Amino acid sequence: MTTSTVTAQTPAEASKTAAAPDPARLRHRRRLAQWGFVAPAVVFMLLFFGYPLVRNVVMSFQHYTPKTFFTGEAPFNGTDNWSDVFQGALFGKALWHTLVFTAGSLLGQFCIGLALAVFFSRRFPLNGVLRSLILLPWLVPMVVSGIVWRRILDQDTGVLNSFLETVGIGGSTPWLTSPEMALVSVILVNIWIGIPFNMVILYGGLQEIPRELHEAAALDGASAWRTFRSVTLPLLKPVVTVVLVLGFMSTVKILDLILALTDGGPADATQTLGTLTYQNSFVQLDFGAGAVVGNVLILISAVFAVFYLRVNRTEGK
Amino acid sequence: MSKRFTSLALTAHPPAATRHGRGRSHRAVAPFAAVSVLVAGAALTGCGQQRDAGVYTVMNSSTDESYHRWDAEAMARCGEQLGITIEQQSVPASQVMTKALRMASSKSLPDIVQFDASEMPTFADAGGLVDLRTLGLSTEDIPEGIVDFGSYEGTYYGAARSVNTLALFYNKDVLDKAGVEVPTTWAQLRESAEQLTEGKQYGLALSAGGAEDGVFQFTPFMWSNGGDETELDSPRVVEALDYWKGLLKDGSLSKSTVNWTQADVNDQFMAGNAAMMINGPWQVETLNTDKSLHWGIAPIPVPEAGDDSVGPLGGAVLTVPDTGDEARERTAGKIVACLASEKEQLTYALNSWMVPANAKAAAVWRERVPELDSLADQVAVARSRTAQLGAGWSSVSLALQSAFQSALTGQSSETALKRAQQRATSGN
Repeated sequence: MTTSTVTAQTPAEASKTAAAPDPARLRHRRRLAQWGFVAPAVVFMLLFFGYPLVRNVVMSFQHYTPKTFFTGEAPFNGTDNWSDVFQGALFGKALWHTLVFTAGSLLGQFCIGLALAVFFSRRFPLNGVLRSLILLPWLVPMVVSGIVWRRILDQDTGVLNSFLETVGIGGSTPWLTSPEMALVSVILVNIWIGIPFNMVILYGGLQEIPRELHEAAALDGASAWRTFRSVTLPLLKPVVTVVLVLGFMSTVKILDLILALTDGGPADATQTLGTLTYQNSFVQLDFGAGAVVGNVLILISAVFAVFYLRVNRTEGK
Repeated sequence: MSKRFTSLALTAHPPAATRHGRGRSHRAVAPFAAVSVLVAGAALTGCGQQRDAGVYTVMNSSTDESYHRWDAEAMARCGEQLGITIEQQSVPASQVMTKALRMASSKSLPDIVQFDASEMPTFADAGGLVDLRTLGLSTEDIPEGIVDFGSYEGTYYGAARSVNTLALFYNKDVLDKAGVEVPTTWAQLRESAEQLTEGKQYGLALSAGGAEDGVFQFTPFMWSNGGDETELDSPRVVEALDYWKGLLKDGSLSKSTVNWTQADVNDQFMAGNAAMMINGPWQVETLNTDKSLHWGIAPIPVPEAGDDSVGPLGGAVLTVPDTGDEARERTAGKIVACLASEKEQLTYALNSWMVPANAKAAAVWRERVPELDSLADQVAVARSRTAQLGAGWSSVSLALQSAFQSALTGQSSETALKRAQQRATSGN
C-alpha cells in the first residue's frame, strides 16, 4: 500500500529534480539510498551477532554469577576464568572429544554421503523415491533422533543389540554405557544424521559435471575408479570444500544430540566443548567459565569460517 | 543447485538495478526507515511492560498436562478467594532457574516462582527472594525438616506444598512367585536382587545417569551409610558406591543403569525388566495406568538392621521474588499462603501422590492413601540436599555424577571419589 502511494508521487518529484540537476545533491542522495539498503543488514548483524559476541568475550573476563543478574555488577577478574577452565580436568578431555567427534563424524558423513551421491547419480528405477527416503534423518529433529537412538542403543533392551544377537555377532555391546564405546556410538549416530546433508549437496555438485567429460573419459578407456579420481573428484572440489566446512561448523558445536543421548556421560566420556559450556553456564551457573569455553568454540569456528570465505573468494575469481 | 541459483540471481540483478537506478533506490529509503522505526518501537514497548494490577503470575515447571491442570484449578480457587486473577506460566524444569535469572535482569520477574528446592538456595543467595515470614506466612504445623528444606541460611524463602523422597518399589507378583520377602537391609537387597534376576528380568533398577537424577538416587545409599556430601572421599561414601558396584557385578543391575533417568527406570519396571526399583511417588500416576501391574512400596533398605533409612527430600517450593513492589509482594505472599494451605496441599498431594508438607494434611493423607504410608515415614526423616552446601550443591552434584559413573564403568570407587572431592573443592 505504501509503495503505491509513493509511486504516485514520484513522477512529479522526479520531473522537479530533472529540471534542476544538482550533481552533489544527487550523489548525496544516492549514497543515502545505498546506506538505506545496507543499514538493515548492518543493524541486524551488529545487534544479533556483534553484540553477543563482544558480550561473550567481555563476560569471559568477568566474575559473572547469579548475583550479577540482580545487581548488574560483574567485577573483572583478569584471566581467572581462563586459567580455571584450562586447568580444570574436563577442558582437555572435552577438547579432545570434540576433535575426535568432529573428525569422525565428518569422515563418515562425507564418505557415505559421497558414495550415495555417486550411486544415485545413475539412472535406475525408484531412484527418486529412495533418494527422498534417505533425506528422512535430516527431517527428524535432533532431540527426537537422540531419544530414539538412545532406545535403539540400549544394552539390554535395544533393537540394535537384539538384532546383532539374532544375526549371531555380539549382542551385548555396551553402546552408550561404556566410556570407551560411548563416544564412538555418538559419532555413529551423528554420521547417520549427517549423511543426507552431504548426499544432497554432493549430488547437486555431481549433476553440474558435464556428462561429456565422463563420456570422453570412457572413450579414452579410463576405468571407473580412474574416472572418479581424475574427472569427478577434481570437478567436485569446490562443492566438497563447502560441504566439509559447513559440516565442520555444525558438528564442532554439537550439544543437543549428546545431551539427548548420554548427557555427556558415562563418566564424562562424551563431554564436548558444547556440553561443557552448557554445564558451566546453565548447571553450575558460572557464566564466566561458560563464556571461556564458548569463546574457544567461536575461535575454532572462526578459523574455519575464514578458511571458507577464502575458498569461496578464490572460487569466485 | 545452490550454486546455480546464486549465479542466476547475480546475472539477473545488475541490469534491473541500473535501469531503475536512482529513482527506485531513494524511494526505498522511506519504507526502510519506517520499518526500522517500527521494529525499534515494538522492541521498546516489549521491554517496558506494565504489570496489570489485578493479574498475578506464577512461574512453575508444571509442563505435564495433569500437573498444569491441577495447578490451574488451585490457582483459580485461590484467585477467587483473593479477588484477583492468577496466571500460570510453565517452563521446563531445567529452565526455571535460567529463565528467572534473565527475568531478574530485565526486571520482569513473575510474582511467584516455584523452584525445585535444590535450586532455591542459588536464587536466594543472589538476593532474589523475599523472606516469607515477613509476608505473614506461618510455619506452624510444618515439620522442622520441611521448614529447613525451604530455608536458606536460616531464612524461610520457600513454602513447600508437597514433598517427596525415594522408596523401594517392588512387583508383588514377581516377589510372591519367587518367594522373596521385601528386603530391608543391604545384604537382603543384594541377595533378593540376585535371586530375582532371571532371563531378561533384572532384580533391581535404579538411575545412575549423568544428571541430578543419578545423584538423587545415590544419596539414600550415601546418607544411610553415614556418608556425607562434604567429604566425598570418606570411607562411608566409598562403601556406598562399592555397594552399587557390587549390585552391578552380581548382574542384578543392568549395565545401562549409567544411562538411565528415573523415568527410564520406571519404564523398565513397568515393562517387566526389573523386579524392584528405586523411584519416587511422582511415578505412581504412570504406574497406575497399567492395571495388571501389582506393585508395593517399602523404605529403601539400610546397611544394617536398625539403621535409619535416610532419603533425599525432593519437591518444589513456592517463592516470592524480590520485585521491589511491596504491595504486590504482600499479595503474592497471600497467594503462596493459599496455595500452600492445608486444604490445597491435601488436594494437590492426593492428585500428585506426593506427601503434603503440612503435618495435619499429611495425617489425613496417610488415611486416604494407606498404600503409600511408608513414604510418609521416609519423608519425615528425609534430608535436604542443599542443607549443608546451599548454592554449592551443584558443583558437588556434578563431581559426584562423574564419580559414580566412573566407578560403575570400571574405576575403583576410592579413586573416583577422591577425584570428585578434588573437583568439588576446586570448583573444576
